Amino acid sequence: MKAIAAQTLTKRFGAFTAVDAITFDVAAGEVFGFLGANGAGKTTAIKMLVGLLAPTSGEARVAGFDVHSQRDDIRRSIGYMSQRFALYADLTVRENIQLYGAIYGLSDEAIAAGTTAMLERLNLPGHADDFVASLPLGWKQKVAFSVAMLHEPKIVFLDEPTGGVDPITRRQFWELIYEAAARGTTVFVTTHYMDEAEYCDRISIMVNGRITALGTPGDLKREFDAATVDELFVRLARPAGATEAGSAA
Amino acid sequence: MGKRFGDVVALQDVSFDVRGGELFGLVGPDGAGKTTLFRILTTLLVPDGGAATVLGLDVVRDFWAIRRRIGYMPGTFSLYPDLTVAENLEFFASVFGTTVERGYDLIAPIYRQIEPFRDRRADALSGGMKQKLALSCALVHRPDLLFLDEPTTGVDAVSRREFWDQLGILRASGLPILVSTPYMDEALRCDRVALIQQGRILEIDPPREIGKRYSRPLLAVPAEGATRYHLLQTLRGFSHAYSVYPFGEELHYTDRRAGTAPDAIATELAGYLRAHGLRDVEARPIAAGIEDAFMALMSQGANELADAAA
Repeated sequence: MKAIAAQTLTKRFGAFTAVDAITFDVAAGEVFGFLGANGAGKTTAIKMLVGLLAPTSGEARVAGFDVHSQRDDIRRSIGYMSQRFALYADLTVRENIQLYGAIYGLSDEAIAAGTTAMLERLNLPGHADDFVASLPLGWKQKVAFSVAMLHEPKIVFLDEPTGGVDPITRRQFWELIYEAAARGTTVFVTTHYMDEAEYCDRISIMVNGRITALGTPGDLKREFDAATVDELFVRLARPAGATEAGSAA
Repeated sequence: MGKRFGDVVALQDVSFDVRGGELFGLVGPDGAGKTTLFRILTTLLVPDGGAATVLGLDVVRDFWAIRRRIGYMPGTFSLYPDLTVAENLEFFASVFGTTVERGYDLIAPIYRQIEPFRDRRADALSGGMKQKLALSCALVHRPDLLFLDEPTTGVDAVSRREFWDQLGILRASGLPILVSTPYMDEALRCDRVALIQQGRILEIDPPREIGKRYSRPLLAVPAEGATRYHLLQTLRGFSHAYSVYPFGEELHYTDRRAGTAPDAIATELAGYLRAHGLRDVEARPIAAGIEDAFMALMSQGANELADAAA
């Protein structure tokens, strides 16, 4: 079974087509990079895939569930974290874990075991009772990722998880991603760091609501004769003559 | 300069200078102290220790004179959301006792791109357009010095390039610019950069000089596709490995043995990898870039702090 299968998935807001008939699959256990310039439609597409926004037309199944009729099932089957929203800053690390564990219906025993295991894996055993607000950004993001994985979701959606994070922690974060993928979790990730796009099994590049390139970083670089994903992105992400203003809603 | 907030040391013994006409970059991750430093230099915060002058004026005593002469684009969007593009610009011009017309030629290369939307409310602009409006507002009174706090954070790779192209135009006009960024690759667009981490400046140099003090042999190992993580772990298991980090389509391997010829290490690594079932992997000696240098300085700093605490 595909982790994600989207068929001509579309979202319109009035006369504006934010997501224009995108079709793509993500295999189970794959690290899939979902790239695009600001305003290209990535966030709208993700909102449809995680069950927060109803599509205008088209089909998609996420973890086997239908985005039109089974949105609650989808939300139970996925993890989600973003740079903007991840943890409650005025709760401690332990309280955040308890809150998310309870939301996902885990037992007290499972939450307690998960808390211990997570703090050891992240090398943070002394900080369980620290307020999240007091943690450095990089730690926060690693804890947020682990919390999003607490209920062992089949798919985790990461929306710019490493923005502003220092270069060492950014790389440690990607090792957490690799470990999750090695355990069979599908990872769907967006980033503005083009070096991170190279770490994905496959990437897609979205331009004005459509997917204009899809493949492994190596294949796409060869197809478009680009030395790096950065070069590829710069060439594809902003079609000649278009400005960001033209796509602003 | 230094600055504390309660128990938190935001800045510690920070010393640097920016020369006339220079594009100076302050490069470091979130929480490094960049914004605190900007707030002190723009006279919005008072330092606890040390002193600073901006345009020859003291940041504590002469704050009023400094404010009239600098342009400041803060890290968070701070224009008036319910004013239009044109109204915001006129407002900032009038606060500084001038008009949009008198500043127009300076802001034109940036402002012309959003002028077609002059009657749109600022809160209805896209991220890139907001950024262009904020820069126009920071420039409209023809400042003698421009402060830009993380102007490209959260901005896509294409828009970041466009923004830096515009800074290049401003710099060519002779305007000194102090800009902060968490993106290491942007450092290359600056005349000089200061690397900052945990409130301390690690190094100040022209960007192309920064890797030159990297003291250990550094090699790039191609790592495309599914074997990357396996290769990474295998390389970390090599007895002389100092650090191994992913770098785009490669891994950067640093050897502990300063002074050993990189070519000899490349041969050794190829043999080691072959013995672990990884054939045809060729390591290639490279010069350290800014991100290599930053990470080395970061871990060195962390080790020194750990030593001091022990």
